[in-house]
Parts: sequence; C-alpha cells; structure tokens
Amino acid sequence: MNGAVSFSLRSALRRLRVALAASFIGLLAGPALAGPLEDALTKLSTDKFDQTEAGIGEVVASGAPQAATIIEAMGDNRLLFKPGSVAIKTKDGKLVDAATMQPITDDFGYKPVRLNNRVRRALEAAVGATTLMSPDPAVRLSAAEAVFKSRDGGALPALDAAIAKEQNAKIKKALTEARAAVLLAKPDATDTEKVAAVETIAERGDQDSLALLNAAARDGSPIVKLAAESSIGAVARHLQVLNAIQNVWYGLSLGSVLLLAAIGLAITFGVMGVINMAHGEMVMLGAYTTFVVQEFIRAKYPALFGWSLPLALPLAFLVTAAVGVLIERGIIRFLYGRPLETLLATWGVSLILQQMVRTIFGPTNREVGAPSYMSGSFEFFGLAITYGRLWIVVFSLVVFLTLLVVMKATSFGLKMRAVTQNRRMASAMGIRTPWVDSMTFALGSGIAGIAGVALSQIDNVSPNLGQSYIIDSFMVVVFGGVGNLWGTFVAALTLGIANKFLEPLAGAVLGKIAVLVFIILFIQKRPRGLFALKGRAVEA
Amino acid sequence: MSFMSRQFVKSAIVAGGVALSAFAAQAQNTIKVGVLHSLSGTMAISETTLKDVMLMLIEDQNKKGGVLGKKLEAVVVDPASNWPLFAEKARELVQKDKVAAIFCCWTSVSRKSVLPVVEELNTVVFYPVQYEGEESSKNIFYTGAAPNQQAIPAVDYLAENEKVQRWVLAGTDYVYPRTTNKILEAYLKSKGVKPEDIMINYTPFGHSDWQTIVADIKKFGSAGKKTAVVSTINGDANVPFYKELANQGIKATDIPVVAFSVGEEELAGIDTKPLVGHLAAWNYFQSIDTPDNKAFIEKWKAYTKNPKRVTNDPMEAHVIGFQMWVKAVEKAGTTDPSKVIDALIGVSVPNLTGGYSAMMPNHHITKPVFIGEIQANGQFNVVWQTPGLVVAQEWSPYLEGSKDLIADWRAPMTCGNFNVKTGKCGGKGGSN
Repeated sequence: MNGAVSFSLRSALRRLRVALAASFIGLLAGPALAGPLEDALTKLSTDKFDQTEAGIGEVVASGAPQAATIIEAMGDNRLLFKPGSVAIKTKDGKLVDAATMQPITDDFGYKPVRLNNRVRRALEAAVGATTLMSPDPAVRLSAAEAVFKSRDGGALPALDAAIAKEQNAKIKKALTEARAAVLLAKPDATDTEKVAAVETIAERGDQDSLALLNAAARDGSPIVKLAAESSIGAVARHLQVLNAIQNVWYGLSLGSVLLLAAIGLAITFGVMGVINMAHGEMVMLGAYTTFVVQEFIRAKYPALFGWSLPLALPLAFLVTAAVGVLIERGIIRFLYGRPLETLLATWGVSLILQQMVRTIFGPTNREVGAPSYMSGSFEFFGLAITYGRLWIVVFSLVVFLTLLVVMKATSFGLKMRAVTQNRRMASAMGIRTPWVDSMTFALGSGIAGIAGVALSQIDNVSPNLGQSYIIDSFMVVVFGGVGNLWGTFVAALTLGIANKFLEPLAGAVLGKIAVLVFIILFIQKRPRGLFALKGRAVEA
Repeated sequence: MSFMSRQFVKSAIVAGGVALSAFAAQAQNTIKVGVLHSLSGTMAISETTLKDVMLMLIEDQNKKGGVLGKKLEAVVVDPASNWPLFAEKARELVQKDKVAAIFCCWTSVSRKSVLPVVEELNTVVFYPVQYEGEESSKNIFYTGAAPNQQAIPAVDYLAENEKVQRWVLAGTDYVYPRTTNKILEAYLKSKGVKPEDIMINYTPFGHSDWQTIVADIKKFGSAGKKTAVVSTINGDANVPFYKELANQGIKATDIPVVAFSVGEEELAGIDTKPLVGHLAAWNYFQSIDTPDNKAFIEKWKAYTKNPKRVTNDPMEAHVIGFQMWVKAVEKAGTTDPSKVIDALIGVSVPNLTGGYSAMMPNHHITKPVFIGEIQANGQFNVVWQTPGLVVAQEWSPYLEGSKDLIADWRAPMTCGNFNVKTGKCGGKGGSN
C-alpha cells in the first residue's frame, strides 16, 4: 500500500542529498538560481494528484528553509495555487509566495491545492520525516508514529540520528519501533536486522504490530518468516485476552447508555405504573435542548463552548420536567388505572412532539459538537478507551446514585414510595397525592432529558432519536423488575454486556434477536423480572 | 398548499380583480402532478427535501408558461413513512386527483409497494434514489443510479487508486444493502478476491452502538493488506458510525470508507473534520463547478430562504426526471400516460454536472459517476470520475438468475425481464 509513497520519498530523500550538495556548490559559485524548490512547486500547481504527490517529496528534498511551512500549510488546506504561482495563506489570512516568501498583494485566481488520500498519506510521511527532531516532545512522538505507519525507508538515517539523541524513554521506544517497522518493510535489510525488528514489533503487541508481523510472515525470507510466525502466536493470544476485556468495556458502555435511557422510565413506568410511550421523546427534547444551548453559546460566547454540556444539563432537566408536568396534568392523570388508554394517549403525544420538533428544527439531523474532553481516545493497558464513552459511563453512574439517594433519603422520595405502595393510606396521612404524582412524573421526564444531553454526543440529534430507545428502555425495566431501581441497573449492564459478547459471534441483528428471545423466556420463568418487589404493594 | 394560494394570488392579479372567474378557469386548465414523499416519520429526514425540490421545479416551470399551455399544479400527499400507505396514497392521487405523473418514494420497499398500483392504473412514476437494481417496470422511470452506476465504479476506484485488497461490506439489514452486497461480492470474487478477504456485516436500522463493529473492522484491517469499507449503511445509523470511526482513530488514510448513502444532507449533522478523506460515490455533488449547478444551488437557497441548505444527488435526479417528463409531454402533445411512457424513451436533458442524461429503453438513465472525498466543510471534493456516461444495468450480470435478463420497453419487445437464453419475457424476479 505504501509502495508508491515510500518510493517517492526515498527518491526524494536521495535527491535531498544531491540537492544539498548542489546548493553547496551553488554557494561557492554564487547566488543559487531557480532550483529544486521551484520545480517542486510547479508540480504542486498542476492540480493532478500524482504530480502533487511527487511534488511533496521534492519539496522535502529541496531542503529549502520553508519546506516544513509549505507541508504544514498544505495539510491545513492553506496552500493555494494558480498557473505559475504557489502561495501560502498564513494563519492570519495573508498570502505569501511559497518560492520567495514575499507577500502577495493580488490574490485573484488562487485555488487551494487539492488533496486525496494518497497525497494525504505522503503528507503525513513528509511531516513525520521532517519533524523527528522537533523540540516539542508531542510532535516528536506523533512524527515517530507517522514514520511507523509510512514505513518509509528513506527516513532511516533521520531515525537513527533521532534515536541517538532522544532522551525521553517513551519517544525513544516509539522511534525504535518505527525503525523496526521501516526495516521490516525495507527490501534490502539483512535477515539479522529483520529478525531483531520482528522482536521489537512483537513486544509492541498491538493490532498494528500483528499486521506488520503477518506481512513479514507472508513476504519474508525463511528465517524472518519463522521468527514472525513464532511471535504472531504470542501477539494474537495477547490480543485475544485484550479483546475479551474490550468486550466487557464495550458492554459496560452500551449498558450505561441503556441505563441512562431506561432510568427515567424506571420511575414513570416502574414506580408509577404509567406506560409512557412518549418517554423517548423526552430524551429527544433533552438532546435538542443541548443543541439550542450550543447554538446560543457558539453565537454569543464561543470561548465557553467547553461548558455547553454542563450548562445544558440543568436546562434539559427543567425543559423536559416541565413538559412532563404538562403531559401528566393535561392527559395522564385522567387515565390512571387505564393502562391501554394511557398507552395510546402517550403514543399520540410522542407523535405530536416528534412532528413539532420536525416543524421547528426541520427534519434533518442537527449537529451537536463534542467539546474537547468528549472526543478522542486514550490507551489503557492496550485498550483504546474513548473519552466520550468513559464520561457517559461515569455520568450514568452519577445519575443512578443521585436518584437512589433521592428515593431513599429525602422526604420527597419517602412520599413517592408511600404513594406508590398505598395511595389511600398515604392520602390519609396528609400527603397531597396528585402533587406527588406530578412531581414523580416530572422527575422521570427530567432524567430522560439529561439522558438526552449525554446521548446527543453519540447518536443523531433528529426527531426520531427517541424512537430507537423506547423499546430498549421498556426491555430493561421489565427485565430488571418493575419498580426496582437496582433491578434496572443490573438489567441494563447485563443486557449491554450480553449484547456485546453475542455481537461478534452472531452479528448485530441476530445478537439483538437472541437477547429478545432470552428476555421472553426469562419473563416466562420470572414474570416480575430480576428483582421482584415483594409484599402487598405487588398485589395492588 | 402554499403553492396553491400563491398561484391563486398571482392569477388574481393577472385577471385584475375578476379573481373568481380566473380561478375557476384555471382549475380546469391545470395539469396535476403528484408528489408522494414522506413528510413525517423516519423517512421525513430525507424525503421532505425532495418534496420542496418538486415544488420549486413546478413553480419554475409555471413561470416559463407551464406545459402545453397549461399551468402545473402540485398535489402533495404525506404517506408518513408507512409502506402500505404509499400504495393507498398513489391510488388516491391517480383516481381522485387525476394526476398526470407521480414523483415518488425513497426506500425500495415503498417503491415495491407502489409498483402494483401504478401498473394497474397505468401511471407515470419517477423514482429518484440510487437502488439495488433487479427491477424494471413499464410505469416506473428510475432516475437514480443502478449498482453499476455507483457501487461498482467505487470499488474499482479503491482497487486501482488505493490498492485495496481486503473488503468490508457493511450495510443496514434490508433489501438495498443485501442485494448490492451480493452483487459486489460476486464482482469482487470475479476479480480474484479471496473469500477470506471479504467481511460482510449487517446491522439493524438506526444502529447506534458501533464500538464492537468498528473494533472488528480495525482487526480485519490489520492483516497486512490494504483494507477498505464499502458502506451501504442507511441514513440515520451513519452519524454514530462515523463518530465511532473518528473516536477509535481510524483515519481515511488507514482504512477508507466509501459510502453509497451518505451525501451532503447526511453530513450536515456531523463534524466532518475527523472524517476528511472518507469517500462517497454519487452521480452528483454540490461541489461540482458548472454554471448549471451554480444556478440551481442559488435558486434552491433562495427558494428555501436558507443560505446553508445543501443540495444532493436524489435532488438532481428529480431535476432530471422532471425535465424529462416535461419534454416527453411536449413531444407527445398530451399527458396521456401510455403516450408519455413511449415518448420518454430517448428523451435527453442536461444534467447539473455539465453533461446530458438520456432515458434508455430499460427506463433507467445514463449518468456520470463521481467519487468524492469528504472535506472539513461537509462538502465533497471530486477525486475521480468516469470518462463518460454510464448506462444502467438494471439486471446485474454478476448475479445468477439475473444475468440473462434484459429490459427493453420499446415495441416489439416491451418487456422488463426478457430472458435472452429462453427468448421469453418473464424471467425471475420480474415485475411483469
């Protein structure tokens, strides 16, 4: 795959040496004339991908002081061209001529140099090769990674020099691994070099290493083949263990999403017994609240963008709780004790809410951005953990625990439980049961709303958002045992993990069916779910 | 609705006060055009736009004086993403509203639902979305791409330019991805790709948890051969899929994803910076720089009063289909469906990408194919295109049972599934 890239770069670096020598002679002979940089720039202004790719190598090879600037500008789409001229758009929007670095006043007719994946790969390799000695450790590390990926034989001298100079152990390791990868891909490296490289790569032990080892086992000489094959087993075993751990983590993450979506329902359906088909739309409204908050922040206070999610949480809670109160006071309270009618009425409400959002915000998806702490991933003992998922797991636990405390340790929670266990007795004790009903429904809806804030980070923000969660939510609550928060918790995580172990075996579609069948069978055996409520309340 | 009232006001002004008589006269002298797209439910996300395009095109045509000296009148109905309702509404449009043509549908299942009705009532229907092929009806005109006008060129591009040797065919679990993947699998195998280098994966509609599948793709891609994903994942599930790709750090330079259902509209809901370089194959991109396209985009933005609105491939298909219908009606001199159906074959109109598209005897149109890479601004950068127009293969030559079939609706054949081996009309999977 990288044949063309490494070839062009290799030849480019060979030319670097020639160019350096030439410029040395040039220095002796007088001022340098139009040279390799100008030639390379001409290639960049042809608007043909293969020429651009070759041009990148030549820019690097020209050894011109602005080479790194040109490459960087190109990566950011700031390199412009028109026939006969290439210009860099500086970060503050001014144009300078790439050949002379003089400002350009007439910016008419310049178009950005277009990139495709091949050009982008060549760029990454070029950036890697030119920044191995950068003073910034983070840049050096990513340069090492870039070379590891590009496996460009021409970068070998630069790598050797960088390894000799490197003080930071982590970067040194990355550089050594990059060197090993380069050696493995280099056709003229000796077998001893390659066998040593296989060992270094095997120690790295991740998915990329396996790819390299597989390639070496396929194309290498007999000795290299043997070495690679013996280490493939170990790496594969290591990855298998990692895979199982990864599945548990993915399961926890899916479970936490299910928990977030279902926990509001555990209150409205589980505790109050209201079949609320509009629950998913509460989640959707929460997500749209996040969108509105983000739009407002983007327009007025762009610096506060990182705060958009924490700010959206209380607002989403208030908005959806208010809608919840409206639904409860306006419709559901007239239908207590008539589950079928409640089901139909709330289903109607869900359609109304969907169409309302469609009318106001349009039918298409809305973009909710991820603040920096929600995007990207980090390595944890070889597991790639994405920040967004991690925060959602943490967040769902916090919501769950808070809710538990509210139910168990506050006077409102006490009243709520009293009303659901024995409405008449609670009323006789002086509790305003209609008020408690409203507030309970508001709490359930509000929690669905803050779930929507979290889900806006991983799913579409569209009018249909809620629909995809309503069935799963009911499944979780029924499986866990109606009226029991712990049941919902255990059920959500169990279903999440079960799903993730079934998915690789049976595929996503069959996996989902298997889980459904399992729940149906389970309900036959234990109709009240995992954690059934005991006592008189159940019979009522 | 707003169209009707605007029309009314306009005619009132023209008639200078005698609005009532003008309206009455006009009501008899309009040609009705049915617009059958979901305005609520799951598909509203895609189909609402197509309804708006149709209203814009009809308004435009009326400014030019209508068709055959009569004004056009749009009849908009909402089948609410409910497949059987599509058939009912189509019947209503033909029998009650007496429309001359129907512009209809997005999903294949809705088209299949409408098909028996429009064949029974003999109506002209235009279907604007890329689809799986394996169909040719006397009454349906397919202005979207058949698999060989989208999927196969995309695979060729990846194999030639990105040197891809391992393929993940990922799709949503319904008829379009299943059929397309069957064709692609057969095609790849015919090109010498080994079965162990093809991974096929289906997910339910609206799938939102892509962690395991993206991890699997990553694993599949680490066998030491260049890997690419061919995605037939349907609209809604795409956003979480691309988000997960970005989160797990899979860049287009490592494992490129080429999608057949992701266009400008779908990207409007995502931050595309981490997706730069992933690909899509279409017959139209908003970024294509031609005077026709520029004019169309400006008109569309003005019509929707939203400078951020984007255009996409199915919209262009409706533009082409509508122009073709107008031309055919003028050629036939009547809106009588039987005559229009005959007149449509051979009609050629300019498309928005600087060429001409023609209606072929198999009721499909000729199209150029473009491969675009996603850019940071949510638009596509065309990196490759077919040298000329591609003729649709409605029956795939790579599938058993369909490779001997051809469709030709000209007399004397007049058949949508003619078996060239047996010499008879009515092969497998036909609509007749």
